[in-house]
Amino acid sequence: MARDENLPTLRAWLRPTWWRRSMPQTQTAYVALAFAALVIVVWMLAPVFMTPRNLLNISKNFSFIAVMSLGETLVIISGGIDLSVGSVCALTAVVTMMLMRFFSATAVVNVPGATIVLAAILALALASLIGFVNGLLIAGLRLSPFVTTLGMLSIARGMTYVLTQGRAQYPVGPDIALFTRLTNGAVLGLPPQLVYLLVIAIIMALALRQLVWGRHLYAVGGNMQAAALTGVRVPRILISVYTLSGVAAGFSGVLIAGWLGAAPANLASGYELRVIAAAVIGGANLAGGVGGAAGAVIGAALIEVIRNGFVLIGANTYWEEVFVGVVIVLAMLVDQIRTRRLF
Amino acid sequence: MTLLQLRGIGMDYGAICALAEVDFSVAQGEIVGLIGDNGAGKSTLVKIIAGNFPPSRGKMRFDGHEVRFRRPEDARNAGIEVVYQDLALADNLSSAANLYLGRELQWRIGGLSIMDHAAMRRRAEQLFAELKSDTRPDALVRTLSGGQRQAVAIARTRLAAAKLVVLDEPTASISVRQVSEVLDLIRRMRDHGQAVIFVSHTLLHIFAVADRIAVLRRGRKVADKPSAATSPEEVTALITGAIEEA
Repeated sequence: MARDENLPTLRAWLRPTWWRRSMPQTQTAYVALAFAALVIVVWMLAPVFMTPRNLLNISKNFSFIAVMSLGETLVIISGGIDLSVGSVCALTAVVTMMLMRFFSATAVVNVPGATIVLAAILALALASLIGFVNGLLIAGLRLSPFVTTLGMLSIARGMTYVLTQGRAQYPVGPDIALFTRLTNGAVLGLPPQLVYLLVIAIIMALALRQLVWGRHLYAVGGNMQAAALTGVRVPRILISVYTLSGVAAGFSGVLIAGWLGAAPANLASGYELRVIAAAVIGGANLAGGVGGAAGAVIGAALIEVIRNGFVLIGANTYWEEVFVGVVIVLAMLVDQIRTRRLF
Repeated sequence: MTLLQLRGIGMDYGAICALAEVDFSVAQGEIVGLIGDNGAGKSTLVKIIAGNFPPSRGKMRFDGHEVRFRRPEDARNAGIEVVYQDLALADNLSSAANLYLGRELQWRIGGLSIMDHAAMRRRAEQLFAELKSDTRPDALVRTLSGGQRQAVAIARTRLAAAKLVVLDEPTASISVRQVSEVLDLIRRMRDHGQAVIFVSHTLLHIFAVADRIAVLRRGRKVADKPSAATSPEEVTALITGAIEEA
């Protein structure tokens, strides 16, 4: 009771004042501000940062991570985590290359573009299947997302080595030029990766906001029991997000392979941590129920600007990882301060 | 008119008899207070009415039909909604979103279900106004007071057009000031023609709104009379067993 008595005064003290009211309401908005500040600082320290060439380079580098981060963000909103994205990315990349080689030896080789399109579609089907299995194990058998996707991380990476015997795979056949154009050319003067990323991000933002599916996803992440009680089909939602995360990781793998012109078996190893970091910095809450498309994109961009900035400024790049880590912790701190109103 | 009628309802968990031959009824637009100590059988009775499990013995009629609920959906489809103490609400969503969770107003366009935000918001505003609650449709449930959260949960039952609403300890975890707000909500449910079973430990709250009071002790119904015909003292004695039956 004593606590109740004190509450009104506490409330009055915390009543929004003009400066507090004018502060952004979401974690993503804070990170957007931090991103803008970081860009200005890096620009001032290294003017070469703002050259079209460098910006192009950054936008390519961060697009791969950001695409995966979009899928990861869906999983994180549901209250889970997907550690398998790096491995799925690599497996999809090598399988695309291998299928491209396979189709180049069949009749479809005569249809322009068929080898790469078929290869990519089949490889993405594999990626979605892996995500689907993750979802099935987590939603159906109620296994922990962490352990399930940790297992899948190992399985998918292992399969990548088994299939390739550790050798890098290269695009083969008549559609190499098309593949390169689709993954490393220019769309309206922009890198294609960036265009794909923006299109996917916009679709995802709309789906989260406008579709019943999006509403149910947030409900599952916020209170799974309540969602189930009110008739939300929780297993369906969970399976859908892990499947989409698999597809996003796979798509990123295809893009990376095209950009590199090769798919090494150790492609994207360790990326899962960067992907999760990007999602979390962007405002996705590992407790579930919070996150969005814009956050994933900005989070990934922020990390890339830090990496790029270290190189341009000529600082010791070993410090880069330390700095990224500090940013992750700072982002969490801002989230705490914002939601608990510590000040 | 009798809405819900239980006849000789009993429930055994193995060799333990949790509920023995209970007769219980609720009329349309009536608030019945259900009271009893821990382990008296309140929650067993509520779970049978809510369809969590069928009773071991006895018959149940609802809205003029013989019913036998096997799953909560059966009871819900018949028109019985339960508001649990821990209020099945998603903290991270707005009150309007919670109100419509699982039954969003939507357009179906080529396999996609697109939400009609404006219509849900409007209807939520209406419902809260009907309940005379100051809950705002856009407010996140996390930011609501205990009373406002109850309003959201209760408004959900109105949206479902429930004929009977079971409120499980609705005043247990909220501040004194908000209790009167919730009691007002319960009266308004009756005014709108909903029947209410009000489960509580707090006699004061039961006496404030209930038309009739049923007392359970050790799985048996030991009293069932209009609240005007009894007193908190008598009910306390019935709960503890100081008075055997009344």
